[in-house]
Amino acid sequence: MALLEVSRLGVRFARHGGAAVDAVQDVSFSLDSGRTLGIVGESGSGKSQTVMALLGLIASNGTVTGEAAYGGQNLLQMNTRELNRIRGERIAMIFQDPMTSLNPFLTIERQMTETLQLHRDMTRRAARARAIEALEQVRIPDAARRIGMYPHEFSGGMRQRVMIAMALLCEPDILIADEPTTALDVTVQAQIIELLRELNRERGTAIILITHDMGVVAGLCDDVMVMYAGRTVEQASARALFAAPRHPYTVGLLNALPRLSDASDAPLRTIPGNPPLPGTAGAGCAFAPRCAYAFDLCRRERPVLRAYEDGARACHKPAGEMAGLRVGVHA
Amino acid sequence: MNRFFLFGSTAMPAAAVDVPRSRSPLAAAGARFMRNRAALIALALLLLIVVVCFSGPLLLPNNPIDSDWSSISLAPTLQGAHWFGTDELGRDLLVRTLAGGRVSLEVGLLGTLVSGLIGVAYGAVAGYAGGRTDAVLMRIVDMMYAIPYMLIAILMMTLFGRAFYLVVLTISAFSWLDMARVVRGQTLTLRTREFVDAARATGVKPWMIIARHIVPNLLGVVVVYASVTVPSIVLTESVLSFLGLGVQEPMTSWGVLIQDGAQKLEAMPWLLLCPALMLCVTLYCVSFVGDGLRDAFDPKEH
Repeated sequence: MALLEVSRLGVRFARHGGAAVDAVQDVSFSLDSGRTLGIVGESGSGKSQTVMALLGLIASNGTVTGEAAYGGQNLLQMNTRELNRIRGERIAMIFQDPMTSLNPFLTIERQMTETLQLHRDMTRRAARARAIEALEQVRIPDAARRIGMYPHEFSGGMRQRVMIAMALLCEPDILIADEPTTALDVTVQAQIIELLRELNRERGTAIILITHDMGVVAGLCDDVMVMYAGRTVEQASARALFAAPRHPYTVGLLNALPRLSDASDAPLRTIPGNPPLPGTAGAGCAFAPRCAYAFDLCRRERPVLRAYEDGARACHKPAGEMAGLRVGVHA
Repeated sequence: MNRFFLFGSTAMPAAAVDVPRSRSPLAAAGARFMRNRAALIALALLLLIVVVCFSGPLLLPNNPIDSDWSSISLAPTLQGAHWFGTDELGRDLLVRTLAGGRVSLEVGLLGTLVSGLIGVAYGAVAGYAGGRTDAVLMRIVDMMYAIPYMLIAILMMTLFGRAFYLVVLTISAFSWLDMARVVRGQTLTLRTREFVDAARATGVKPWMIIARHIVPNLLGVVVVYASVTVPSIVLTESVLSFLGLGVQEPMTSWGVLIQDGAQKLEAMPWLLLCPALMLCVTLYCVSFVGDGLRDAFDPKEH
């Protein structure tokens, strides 16, 4: 049985004097323990809202539908009290911007021990020892002294390490990382990804990684879910997806990665156009206006997500005709 | 500055690195305040006024209530026993000004404290809860704004008599409204910050988030706003006293003294001038300190 089984997840936001907006529709995935899942998509594709919904962090004008089975319970039906027993304890999350996700007025120690005192009922001293241990695990030098410092005394990469250490305190089953490297320098990004990979290998922590960076996915993930305009457009193992993407959007994302073999003055291969504004989706495929392969049917009827050998995709174009669209993939 | 280690560097022995002591944002603001000379002078003067007002009536030979029939309506003089002069009942004005100042300052500080506590709690809860709770709580504030506080003050004083604690109560009952609005607005922006999401994502209970993550971050705004509230409350008390709704004789306050002095302006101008001057200096000091605090908490603004 899967550790986390999400089915038909939907997130809808009510708007003042307007039609409701569907940020996430009909998203399903499952996560086995010890696996890493990458959720990929452009800004506004609903990837963050998907995981926020799992932890009950949706804004108050949002409603969540569907089911997220974890340990025989549905996360989406839980009230705050029940969720608080799981959040931070069994499912932890790290956020995009380490500069703003630590409280500037509390020392690192107080922020870290808060979690432990909450979930583990530890004494202050024991919690402190455990927190130092966690900081050492994410290789923060001189952890015992630096734990007494304030967030502004840490660099961005160090803060993200602190965030990861905080997430690890209770040794969760699932770690959700929402664009954990977007706000960081490239060299620091690689270190953070390496840290996550170690965590996954050595402790078997399952990871859901949200990113728009295909390179990060290639480096870390077992499985990939590509989202566009709030829906899943392709799901596959990372190996299969990188070897043979089956959705034009995935192809576009992969092609958009600059490669070292490119001539230095070669233009970047972008996907033309912009994602649709939320709530403006017509009857057809949401990607059709930007899709080089769209034909009549795409504009009339939205393709459903259909399973194929080792994945699923939502596209009218036969998968066979998608082969060869991608040039020289390195997964 | 060797505070940020490079990645990959191993832990250095603590002795090898000269590390500045870790400073909280609050301590940093305090240090910035200490570098602001105008604000420091104002703060020193303010403390002096507070100390003199509280200790003066105990130390000076005269007392604010007893009449000295041999020295009625004396003009201020540095030679005699009455530096600020005396009033028409022969009471020493210096002692009365200091004793009055004590009452005014007490009202100001107590009122600010009470209104601050209510305002912060109310505003933080409204802002964090959001939605319907927020709407209901803030409409109550709007409704209270619509009530003329003077009317309530008159009612309170006529029904229950003129007493010190009633003055404080009446003023606090209305001055927390502004604080609640300011705090609520600030909380609305704090609530969307990622560290609040992060706290929620680690399962921290809502009231703990308010107490540990919202309120400490409000401190800057609250301290600055409180420095505006002190003079406004001192002034309100003066207005109430001026209208005869403040503290009861023989207890006195700056407002009472100013009201008294205003009536005898032509015959004995010092009765108005001395307490009015004290009030002005105090209020100036408080607003200088407030300016200093604002700059200290928000260094980028200037």
